[in-house]
Amino acid sequence: MTGRILPVLAGLALLAFLTAPTAFAPLFRPFTRNDAPAIYTQTSLLSLTLSHLAIVALAVAASTLVGVTLAILVTRPAGREFLPLARTVTAVGQTFPPVAVLALAVPVLGFGSGPTLVALFLYGLLPVFENALAGLTCQPPPVAEAARAMGLTPTQRLWQIDLPLALPLLLAGMRLTAVISLGTATIGSTVAARTLGEVIIAGLLSSNTAFVLQGGLVVGILAVLIHHGFQAAERRVRGRMGLA
Amino acid sequence: MRLSPPAVLFALIGGAGLALPLVQFKANRIVPGEGIGLADLPQGWGTAVLSGAILAAACWARWSAALRMAAAVAGLVAVTLSLGVGASQLTPEGNSLARVSPSSGFWLLLLAFGLMLADAANRLRPSLSLRWLLLAGAMVLAAGMLTSGLLDGVSVMREYASRRDLFLREAQAHLALAFGSLGLALLAGIPAGIAIFQAPRWRGPVLGVLNILQTIPSLALFGIMIPVLGWVAATLPGAAWAGLSGIGTFPALVALFLYSLLPVVSNTLSGLSGVPAAVRDAALGLGMTRMQVLAQVLVPLALPVLLAAVRIVLVQNIGLAVIAGLIGGGGFGTFVFQGLNQTAMDLVLLGALPTIALALVAGIALDLLVQGARKGAA
Repeated sequence: MTGRILPVLAGLALLAFLTAPTAFAPLFRPFTRNDAPAIYTQTSLLSLTLSHLAIVALAVAASTLVGVTLAILVTRPAGREFLPLARTVTAVGQTFPPVAVLALAVPVLGFGSGPTLVALFLYGLLPVFENALAGLTCQPPPVAEAARAMGLTPTQRLWQIDLPLALPLLLAGMRLTAVISLGTATIGSTVAARTLGEVIIAGLLSSNTAFVLQGGLVVGILAVLIHHGFQAAERRVRGRMGLA
Repeated sequence: MRLSPPAVLFALIGGAGLALPLVQFKANRIVPGEGIGLADLPQGWGTAVLSGAILAAACWARWSAALRMAAAVAGLVAVTLSLGVGASQLTPEGNSLARVSPSSGFWLLLLAFGLMLADAANRLRPSLSLRWLLLAGAMVLAAGMLTSGLLDGVSVMREYASRRDLFLREAQAHLALAFGSLGLALLAGIPAGIAIFQAPRWRGPVLGVLNILQTIPSLALFGIMIPVLGWVAATLPGAAWAGLSGIGTFPALVALFLYSLLPVVSNTLSGLSGVPAAVRDAALGLGMTRMQVLAQVLVPLALPVLLAAVRIVLVQNIGLAVIAGLIGGGGFGTFVFQGLNQTAMDLVLLGALPTIALALVAGIALDLLVQGARKGAA
């Protein structure tokens, strides 16, 4: 039961903090020095949070769309030749440090939210693709046989069997992508993206721990909430399919 | 004639690379530059013809994997050397301001041949020892090209030349951060993993705390460590004497250490839990003490899973150590963030490229180690 109450409480606390941040000033006061402001007010925290979430959501949606499409392509007969290569590229791509990808995207896209979006999209592709691939390829053989016996066309099989069965694993991939992106997006503020990283960086530059803490806390709570949300969705989908 | 679909894709990417400018020439490192294609470079058309021929010929499905690999390596070397030669010839004699940097065409050609190499390496199905040899060969080749002086005219190498000592110092700092935090995490995480393996009721709380640590964004964790460690150093007697401080490398090291704990602890636990109970019972039946069972049976059998944690942690920390550059912790991140601040992309590359190379080599080498350990354990 506590597993359900805690996220709800954390979400409510977060909502309260974002709508009236200045009310929480006494909590953060001990972390400031020399009468520095305890709450970041240069930009509204709520709008930064929304913009942060929008960037992450857009990136996750794009990586899911492209990742799943690619996974479908390389598991069809026409794309089989690309399968080993796709696996290698995914494995290698995941070793690329996100900060480096972000920095390298700047000369192409300029400063702002663009490079962050692209870096998050590219980085997020990999877990989604990997999990979608696993979901599409690791079916129990009887399922495939039953589908064939029922006379389903390849397209019907894809939509009615393969994709629904891959859904729990796909959701797990999206969860990974979303949580990683949420943290990585803060680094985007080093290239002037509008994310909660702005608060943390302002704290780093003015040695104001209160800023660093509030930026970090908001992102951390968001990550925990999103993690829980996806896990709940996964459980629900699994339950509906009788996989438990 | 049958075509190999992946090779056609590589040819398309490479073809686009040939059509786009290979280098960018800038009068100094800030002004926008003009792009120059491979074929327009002095002596560049030879490489252009060679690259085009390799990319086109490789489309033929009959080419063997080994031939593809050799062709891809030849393409990579030729394009890289053309970049170097072109850069030194384009730079006016004695001009230390002009910069010739790799441009979109170069990166696309690199991508095309790199993909071709990866594809060929896959089809070759090399044995474990051959893969070690290939990795070593690639590293020797790269080091050879970098030290040959042929690339010295390229912008990144000129940035390097003007701050060689600093680069070596930051490289050391980066390695110390990545490997130091890994070492600390192993020292603390393996005993912790063993402890929660033997005391199951602690598993939930310990893994829960470590999980929450992972959700703190790296930027914030690095930032929070500065005041926390500063406070510890100021209040705990002897802490400052032991080198603890809130500035410099130390906060970054602690932050990386905290991020590394979860993979090490949870993999130690799952490695130990994965050992079949029958094996443990047999060892106990032989009259081994619990400590002997742990040291001589469980830990060796859990080694592949532990090595997998080392891989995760090392690759992750090599990447995250870049952020140390933002809080004055040193490492390659220093160049990345300095470059971003000055919009000097060559400087960004000087920090980003070694980081990527390091992460790649560490990832591949540890993958091979994990596979070796799996074979040994099986």
